[in-house]
Amino acid sequence: MSIKISGNAVVLKMNDVSTDQIWPGQYVNISDPKEMAEHVLEGADKTLKTRFKTVGQILVSGSSFGCGSSREQAVISLIEAGVKAVIVNSAGRIWYRNAINLSLPVLICPRAVDKIAEGSAISVDMETGVVTLTGGQILQGEPVGEFVLNILKSGGIKPLMLKKHAEDR
Amino acid sequence: MAMHALHKILASRSGKSEVAPGEIVNAVIDVAGINDIYLMVAHSFKDMGGKRVANPDSVSIFMDHNAPTPTTKGADNQKSFRTFATQYGIKNVFEINEGICHLVLVEAGMIKPGSIVIITDSHTTTQGAFGLFGTGVGSTDMAVILMEGTLWLRAPEVINVKLEGELKEGVMAKDVALFLLARLGTDFANYKAIEFSGSIVSALGVEERMVLCNMAVEMGAKTTYIHPDKKTIDYLRQYTDEPMDFPSTDADFIYNKVYEFNLSDLKPMVALPSSVDNVKPVEEALGVHIDQVFIGSCTGGKFADIEAAAKYLHGKKVAKGTRLVVTMASKLTLKKAVEKGYFQSLLEAGAAITVPGCGACFGGHSGLLGAGEKCATTSNRNFPGRMGSDSSELFLVSPITAAATAVAGKITHPDYV
Repeated sequence: MSIKISGNAVVLKMNDVSTDQIWPGQYVNISDPKEMAEHVLEGADKTLKTRFKTVGQILVSGSSFGCGSSREQAVISLIEAGVKAVIVNSAGRIWYRNAINLSLPVLICPRAVDKIAEGSAISVDMETGVVTLTGGQILQGEPVGEFVLNILKSGGIKPLMLKKHAEDR
Repeated sequence: MAMHALHKILASRSGKSEVAPGEIVNAVIDVAGINDIYLMVAHSFKDMGGKRVANPDSVSIFMDHNAPTPTTKGADNQKSFRTFATQYGIKNVFEINEGICHLVLVEAGMIKPGSIVIITDSHTTTQGAFGLFGTGVGSTDMAVILMEGTLWLRAPEVINVKLEGELKEGVMAKDVALFLLARLGTDFANYKAIEFSGSIVSALGVEERMVLCNMAVEMGAKTTYIHPDKKTIDYLRQYTDEPMDFPSTDADFIYNKVYEFNLSDLKPMVALPSSVDNVKPVEEALGVHIDQVFIGSCTGGKFADIEAAAKYLHGKKVAKGTRLVVTMASKLTLKKAVEKGYFQSLLEAGAAITVPGCGACFGGHSGLLGAGEKCATTSNRNFPGRMGSDSSELFLVSPITAAATAVAGKITHPDYV
């Protein structure tokens, strides 16, 4: 099984979009996912939460996306807002790991943000790291290793752990 | 195979004789810490069918971000954590009077070189100052640790940052960290480890070394390392009598990269709004009016930071039109500041002194900023909205620069007063 995501791009042309911008500190006490779509990326661009509904569900952004804090709301809020995949130049380490654990595919693809237009139809293949643009043009990102791919294929770390600890119950 | 001490630590905790950079290991976690704002750890634990905590004595819960809690939601979260701790036999619950996790663990005698420390806080890189493997994780990774006592970790490549020369008086580790961010950027160490070495590191006190390791996460680092010396051991010996047994890096270990800087001429630095690498010498930002000065956080609220600020502020007054918020990093920092008379100096200078903890640094409480306000802060991040309003602006500085700025009401350093 490969992991391919198709959809329309929502482009946030910024570098260093921090977890403080994805999920501002004033909301850190919110832990119920249902409340999280409401404030997603509020510190970077307040129109994004609507664009994830009206334009598309593949978020494209610049370097060091998700730098900063470990707050997992910075991933859950994106998932709750409908985001199906994220394509960035580079990603903050903890945010990246949280995304993989929660089965949000993140492709590292330098300069994609300069080549993908808002609203354009694209597809991402996580196994090969290839992004296909409208018209067939191809961008080569970094394929994720087998370890990460296995977590994504399992639907994240939670189903993996559930299965592993099934005999505990 | 020549190995770095960090790789030897990972090997010893995963039952291997060798670990190479890039290798993924499943490692036993010696110290696992959860902060009060991440109740999602408990949610993930339940989502994954968690029935018992594998090693409850290795787990600590810190009531540090909401100390004391400013909202009913925060109160409910802390209450749930206390119940969770009782239910699963977690005895190490550090209450709202104790301070920030990174200091609390040290002061509780739980930090030892050669171990693995994982906390749900990104600034866990701070612990590398003690010659151990420390890193931050999200809530779900922490829930895995609760269930298994272990976590998968990719052994990082190691970058050696050699800091040579001798810092001028009034130049602090914070200035060094800001200089490195200016020169190397926010992602040069992404997914990698940074070792700090050289004559400057040897000369710095332990709490100043912690600043370098703390700010390394802003350089993208996964973890950090400073080889323990007599200063490290003496510092830790204040809090524990346990044996200290730790590995050394092999002489022929090959670093991923080596950077060397001579910093004898380094001047006080400031990170201007709104990214940590937007750094200039303080002398190029002189005169910017500041509404609030914040001296606090795991970066800039430790005893060494409070001491540096209080010595300058002694007998002086905070400028009219500027306010000073001081949030010490831990209960023991506060206790020592009282004993040394620094508390009195700060109070008389006009500081609002809050309860030790994370406070305003993460935008939580006790000193947030209004629209358009400017704040000079000894904390670690100046991202938009980090400490309050989206339109507020943060200037990252050292404790000495913060103190001089509070008195002048505008950005300055004692050298320029």
